[in-house]
Amino acid sequence: MIEILGNAMTDAAMQNSPDFLHKIMRPASRAVTPILILVAWQIASGSGLIPERTLASPLHVLGTFWSLIADGELQDNLLVSLRRAMEGLAIGVSLGTIFALISGLSRSGEAAVDAPLQILRAIPFLALVPLFILWFGIGETPKIALVALGTIYPVYLNLYAGIRGIDKKLLEAGACFGLNRWQILRHIVLPGALPSFLVGLRYAVGISWLSLVVAEQINASSGIGYLIMSARDFMRTDIIVVGLVVYGLLGLLTDIFIRTLEHRALAWRPSILKG
Amino acid sequence: MDTKPLSSTDVAVRGLTRRFGATTVLRGLDLDIAGGEFVALLGRSGSGKTTFLRTLAGLDPVSEGDVRLPATRAVVFQEPRLMPWKKVWQNVTLGLNGGDARERAVAALKEVGLEHRLDAWPVTLSGGEAQRVALARALVREPRLLLLDEPFAALDALTRIRMHELVSALWAAHRPSVLLVTHDVDEALLLADRALVLENGRIRTELKITQPHPRARAMMGFSSMRAELLSALGVDVDGTISKPADLSFCRKTDEVKSRRGLSVIHSA
Repeated sequence: MIEILGNAMTDAAMQNSPDFLHKIMRPASRAVTPILILVAWQIASGSGLIPERTLASPLHVLGTFWSLIADGELQDNLLVSLRRAMEGLAIGVSLGTIFALISGLSRSGEAAVDAPLQILRAIPFLALVPLFILWFGIGETPKIALVALGTIYPVYLNLYAGIRGIDKKLLEAGACFGLNRWQILRHIVLPGALPSFLVGLRYAVGISWLSLVVAEQINASSGIGYLIMSARDFMRTDIIVVGLVVYGLLGLLTDIFIRTLEHRALAWRPSILKG
Repeated sequence: MDTKPLSSTDVAVRGLTRRFGATTVLRGLDLDIAGGEFVALLGRSGSGKTTFLRTLAGLDPVSEGDVRLPATRAVVFQEPRLMPWKKVWQNVTLGLNGGDARERAVAALKEVGLEHRLDAWPVTLSGGEAQRVALARALVREPRLLLLDEPFAALDALTRIRMHELVSALWAAHRPSVLLVTHDVDEALLLADRALVLENGRIRTELKITQPHPRARAMMGFSSMRAELLSALGVDVDGTISKPADLSFCRKTDEVKSRRGLSVIHSA
């Protein structure tokens, strides 16, 4: 809470700042160091300080990036990866939401659902990969299942906390103004828990890429992870770096997507109203 | 207590007792409110005022005693309790059915002078505006009984004066029966037909105020009525305290403020 207040204060201070240039110059000044690192990397590669088999030069990576797009290899594998992530995410977010509603809305539901989920959560889900391969083979299923498993928890934990954190006074006001149980759920509980749900969703998207990296490096014949692993066999560090950059961009883009979603869905919040 | 039942009684409470564990908050309370009557209920902190109002609102159960109430009731709480994710007009229509809900909300908001804030988010309202929305939300239900639970306690003095005028005007226009729970003796004298003091779970003092509306502090008999109510609340006219001091009032007001603050942060 204190952190949120702090952010709001710095935002307000920035808006009131007469130094308008400061706002434009700040992103520019932040780009200086990454660019310098890229230039240093290029010089080190060009002079032979960093051998090609250790790490390809930025310009070489850029060239490979372009040729992978030109022959369609990158797009094909990207689509496969995206599909796995989205399918797993859809399953995981749905299950997480259902479990959170069950244990958030009733004490008996909490007793039934929360304890087993908390116990399972103690196991790092990536450790289940061997078991998943035994159960689901080496096709699409274990990869999607791994993403689904990893994304259940952030959605469950955040939405559950959001539902339980609803202001009791608002619930009382709702009952007082004649809302029935379903209307209280729809007009008070769900909108009130939405901010927490979106926090959970943002974590879930991050975890979906993480689990995909692991899943695609085991027994995959397509996908960005497969592209990276097969490049390793031929010591193609340029392709490996392209794969890493793609993973990074995917994370960045999905984060922007969720932020946009938050801005639209949570227009009533003071932090968004100020921005 | 010799509250004579009036011809058209809206609220009839007989022998209402309410216990929380070992403490008895209300002991055999009797009260009648006539149709269209404005009753102010005073009492020190912990005297059971709010418990009584909650019982009339249907938020607390009646375990001992008999309570007869009109079917349509509405409450304005100490804090506005608006849903931060609903626009002002949607807060007013909360729980209403029918296609004309928005028009009714607009009319109610016009009455409280907020027709220009229909589509505003609650966080952008001032304390007084938020409380006026809460008032519109209660009015739009056309209640026979309006329950006001210290609705002006957390407002600044100037806003409170304007809210008194507004409530007085709305009451004159719609004539619901009103039960106003308050700490403020002046507020009771300016608004109510009858002021009651709750003590040890029963109504100990009753004062009829017959002066015509709108009233001012300069009206006839104001200071003697004020002294009488204050003395019933344990404060002598010259300001000395005759009964054990109850300073928890100050703390309670602070709590109200911090709760209001917290709810804003909570929605951040």
